[in-house]
Amino acid sequence: MSVIVKINGQELEAAGGQTILQVAQENGIEIPNLCYDPELKPEGACRMCVVEVEDSGQLVTACTTEVSEDLVVNTESEKVVRMRKLLLELLLANHEQECLTCDKAGACNLQDYAYKYDLEDSRFKGRMRKYEGIVSDNPFFIRDNEKCILCRKCVNICDQVQREAAIGFEDRGFETTVTTAFDRPLEEVNCQFCGMCLNACPTGALMEKDAMGKARNWELDKVETTCPYCGVGCQLELNVKDNEIVKVTTNRDNVNRGQTCVKGKFGLDFVTNEDRLTKPLMKVDGEFKEVSWDEAFDTVAKRFGKIKEEYGGEAAAGLSSAKCTNEENYLMQKFMRAVMGTNTVDHCARLCHSSTVAGLAKSFGSGAMTNSINEIENADTIFVTGSNTTEAHPVIALRVKKAQKNGGKLVVADPRKIDLVKYADLWLQHKPGTDVALLNGLMHVIIRDGLLDEEYIENRTENFSAVEDIVEKYTPEYVSEITTVPAEDIVKAAHMYGEAERASILYAMGITQHTSGTDNVLSIACLAMLTGNVGKESTGVNPLRGQNNVQGACDLGALPNVYPGYQAVDDPEINKKFEEAWGVELSDEVGYTVTEIFDAIEEDKVKALYVMGENPVLSDPDSNHIREALEDAEFVVVQDIFMSETAEYADVILPAASFAEKDGTFTNSERKVQRVRKAIDPVGETKADWEIFTELANRMGYDWDYNHPSEITDEIASVSPIYGGIRYDRIEEDGLQWPCLDYDHSGTMYLHEGEFARGLGQFNPAEYMPPQEEPDKDYPYVLTTGRRLFHFHTGTMSRNAEALDAHYPEELMEMNIADAEKLGVGEGDKVKVSSRRGTVESKVTISERVPEGLVFMSFHFAESAANVLTNPALDPVAKIPEYKVCAINIEKVS
Amino acid sequence: MMTTVKDRCPGCDGNEQDERYDELDKVIAEYKGKPGALIPVLHAAQKIFKYLPEEVQDYVARGLEMSPSEVYGVTTFYSFFSTTPQGEYKIGVCMGTACYVKGAGKLIEEIEKELGISVGETTPDEKFTLVQTRCIGACGLAPVLTVNDDVHGRLTPDEIPGILAKYRD
Repeated sequence: MSVIVKINGQELEAAGGQTILQVAQENGIEIPNLCYDPELKPEGACRMCVVEVEDSGQLVTACTTEVSEDLVVNTESEKVVRMRKLLLELLLANHEQECLTCDKAGACNLQDYAYKYDLEDSRFKGRMRKYEGIVSDNPFFIRDNEKCILCRKCVNICDQVQREAAIGFEDRGFETTVTTAFDRPLEEVNCQFCGMCLNACPTGALMEKDAMGKARNWELDKVETTCPYCGVGCQLELNVKDNEIVKVTTNRDNVNRGQTCVKGKFGLDFVTNEDRLTKPLMKVDGEFKEVSWDEAFDTVAKRFGKIKEEYGGEAAAGLSSAKCTNEENYLMQKFMRAVMGTNTVDHCARLCHSSTVAGLAKSFGSGAMTNSINEIENADTIFVTGSNTTEAHPVIALRVKKAQKNGGKLVVADPRKIDLVKYADLWLQHKPGTDVALLNGLMHVIIRDGLLDEEYIENRTENFSAVEDIVEKYTPEYVSEITTVPAEDIVKAAHMYGEAERASILYAMGITQHTSGTDNVLSIACLAMLTGNVGKESTGVNPLRGQNNVQGACDLGALPNVYPGYQAVDDPEINKKFEEAWGVELSDEVGYTVTEIFDAIEEDKVKALYVMGENPVLSDPDSNHIREALEDAEFVVVQDIFMSETAEYADVILPAASFAEKDGTFTNSERKVQRVRKAIDPVGETKADWEIFTELANRMGYDWDYNHPSEITDEIASVSPIYGGIRYDRIEEDGLQWPCLDYDHSGTMYLHEGEFARGLGQFNPAEYMPPQEEPDKDYPYVLTTGRRLFHFHTGTMSRNAEALDAHYPEELMEMNIADAEKLGVGEGDKVKVSSRRGTVESKVTISERVPEGLVFMSFHFAESAANVLTNPALDPVAKIPEYKVCAINIEKVS
Repeated sequence: MMTTVKDRCPGCDGNEQDERYDELDKVIAEYKGKPGALIPVLHAAQKIFKYLPEEVQDYVARGLEMSPSEVYGVTTFYSFFSTTPQGEYKIGVCMGTACYVKGAGKLIEEIEKELGISVGETTPDEKFTLVQTRCIGACGLAPVLTVNDDVHGRLTPDEIPGILAKYRD
C-alpha cells in the first residue's frame, strides 16, 4: 500500500513500511547519518538522522521511523539543525581533530557534517578516551579507536552481513571499545578480512594499512572496474594516484552491493609488484634474454607461420584464459581458428565446469547459471553441494547466509565441514565421489513422498520415466551405505528441498571435478526439474564459476567445439557464417581439449603451443606429465603478467598488461557482461592481450584493424546472438545479462522461463559409479583439493599480493586428529604426500573440517603442488579430470 | 575450532578431565537454541567456576554456537560477571553514606594491609576477594562488612584480624 508524505514541502509517494530515510534517499533528499547502512537493521544509535515531524514538533530518527499517510517532516528545520549540532559537538568532544593528517579527510562523514553545520570545535571539554597506539595486528588494515565514534556499523556488518561477529564491544558507557574477544589479534580470531567494516566506517577508525600516508582522498581518481579474482564479478573502485592503486573501495548499485572479500579489497597490489614481466623475453641457449617487441613479434609470427606451413594449422594449440577479457578471448580463438586454421583452443574451464556445460546443455539447452546472484537470498531452501562458498565465492556466500538468516533453509552436502556448515540447517557429510548416489537418494524420497511437481514434469520436461526407473533402488538405506550419510538425514534433506516454494541449488567443483562429473550435473538437473525449480525466480541450478571471466571465455568460443555463442564448429551453416564474417576458410573439425592437448604434444600431433594467462603446470592434474609435454613441444609462447611455472618452458614470453591497465569486459557467473576499465598505464613495456593478437595477426598477413576493445565487442555482437545486444554505451552504468539478443533487449535475469532453451527439459538420470581411484593398502588416504579464501588458483596474482601472501604464506594440509595421532604428526609438522604420480611435501594443520581418512590440500602453492598428486583420469563426456578424489600415502618428515 | 581434553581442562596438563565442564555441558544443553540463552548460561558457569576465565567463555561460545566476541561483550558489560578469579570468601565493605562516615575506609585499609591485596583483588591462595559495596541497608550497624552471607557490624579496624582468622582455616 502506498502513502503520500511531504518531506521539506515536497509531496512524495512512498511504499508502506518504508522509513523516512529510505523515502528521502530514494528521492535524492540527503539526511545526515552515521550508523545507517541499507544492508543492516536500522540501529538508531547515532541520532544524526533526526527530522522534525510538523504536527507534533517532535524529533524522530528517520532511519527507524516508518512513513504514514500525510506525514509531514522537515529534515533541516532550525530545531533539527540545533540537535544535529549538539550531537556533533558531543562526538567532537571525544574525538581529536586531526583532520590535517588524517587519511580519511575528504571522505569522512564526521568531518563533512562538521563542515555542513559549521562547527569548528565543541563547547564540551572533558576527559577523552585514550588508547595506546593504533591496533595493527594484521597485514590488511588498522584500527584507531581514538577516531571511533561507536556508531556500531562495523560490529553490525560483521555480525549481520558477514555473520562472523569477529568483533564486538568491550565494557560499557564511556569505556566502550570495539575489539575482538579478549582483545585477541584479528589474525587469531574468525575475521575473514573482507574489509566491509572499513567500507562502512564513517570516520578514520578503520583504514587500509597500505594506503596510509599515500594520498589525500581528493587526489584520488576512482576508476570503476570488475574484480579479477573469482566469478562473482564484484564492482570495485580502484583509487588511483600517480599511476598507483592506492586502495580499493566500492559503491552500492551493483552485484556486490558494496560488499567485498579480502582478495578484491586487499589483494590487487600484484598489479604493481616489482616482479611483473615488463619486457618480452626469448630463450637463448636455455637462458631468457630481453628482446624488443619487434623481435618477439617477428619470432612468434615466423615460427607459427612455419609450423602451419610444415605441419598444417592443426599442429598448433592455444590455451586461452579465463582471466583475460571477453575481447581478448574472442581474438585468441579467432587467431587460432582464422589465422592458424585449427579449432584446438581451450582453456581452464575444461578443468572446472566442462561437465556443467555438457550436463546442463543436454538437460536444459544452456550450460550457464540459470538464475542471478541477487535472487539467492529470497530462496526458501538453498542446497549447496560441492561448493566451499565462503572461501571460493565469498560475496555469494553472504547472500546464502542472508537467505538463512531470513528464515530460509540451508542444506549443505560436502565431505568437509566447510564454514557454511556453521549456518546450515542440515549437513550431509557424504563420502567424496558419491554425489550421484546422494542425489538419487534425494530424488527417490521426493518421488516416494509425493513431493514432485507433476504439472511441471508433464508440461515442461521429457524422459521422466527414466528417473523413476533408475532411482527406485536408491532407498535412503541403500544410499546411506554408499555415502555414509544417515538415512534419516537423506529424508530430511529431500523434504527441505522438495517442500520449498523456491529452492535453489548452488554447486561448484565438488560436483564437476569427478570422473562422474557430467553424471553429477545431469543428476542435479533432474533434482531441480523434478520439483519444478528451474525457470522461476530464486530457484535454479546455479554452477558458481570460479574465475572472473571463465563464463566469458566459454561464451566467446575459447572451446574446441564451438564458435562464440556456443555455435558448433561442425555445423556447416554456422561454419559458413563465420567464414563469411572473418573472410577465411575455417576447419569444421573439433579440436583438442586442454587435457588432450598435452597428450597430443607427446604423440607429436601438436608442435606449437600458445598459452595466454594460464599456468597448466600448477593447475592441471599430474603436473609431471604436463612438464614433460612442455619440454617436448617444438615451440611454446607464454603470454602472462608474471613469470610462472609454465613460462619457464616457453621459447618466447610476452609481457601482458593486467586487468587494471586495459579496457574490456568480463562476464560473471550470472552471465552479466560488465566493464573492465583502464585505471593505470601499462607497467613497463607490457601490452594488452588484444593488442598483442592484433599485431601478430597482422604480421602473419591478416588485416586486423582493432583500435579499441569496444570495436571487438561490436564484432562479437554481430556474430554471437546471445551477445547481440552488448555494446559499451549500454553497459556503462550497469552490465547486461545474456541472452541479450539485440540493442533493444534488456538482458535476461533468469533462464528457461516458460520454456527451456532446448524446448523441453530432459531428464538424464545416472547410476552411481565409484571414483576411479579408491584408497588401498599402499595409498590408504583420500586426497581432495580446492581453494582457500586468501589465495586464488595457482597464486600468480594472490601470491604476488603482499598482504595476502604475508597472511597465508604456505600450504597447510588439513588432517583429522585421528589420522594425525596415528601418524604422530602435530600442528605445523611437515609430511611427505605421495600418490601413484608423484610426491610433494606440505605442512599439516589438524582440523575437524576433514573426517578420518580424508585430507585436503589447496593447489595455490608451487612449494606443495597438489596437482603433482592428482589423478588425470577423465570424465568420459566432458574430459574433466578427477581433482576431487585420489588415493595417497602420507609419511611424517623427521 | 575443535574441543580437546585440554580445552576442557584449563590449567591442567591435558590428561585429566575437569568435571566442572560436565556440569556446564548440562546447562548448555538445557539452554541451547533458546533465545536469550547466553546470560543464564554465564550465570551458571560463574557459579560452577567461581569466575569466568577466557577458557570458560570460549567454551560457552562454542557450546552455544556463538562468536566469542559476543560472549566477551556480555561478560565485560555486566559488572556481575567476573573475569578474574574470586576468593572462597568475598569480603564486601559497605561504602554507603553511614558506613563511610563511620570509618569504612579505615576498615578497608586494615584489610588491605592484612591480606596484602587492594580492592578488587583476590589473595594468591584464592581465599579472599575484597570489594566495595553500595549501601546494604544495615546502617544501624555501621560500619559494616559482609563475608559471603555473614554480616559483621559496628566494627573497628582492630577487629579485622580476628574476623579474617575465622575464615582462614
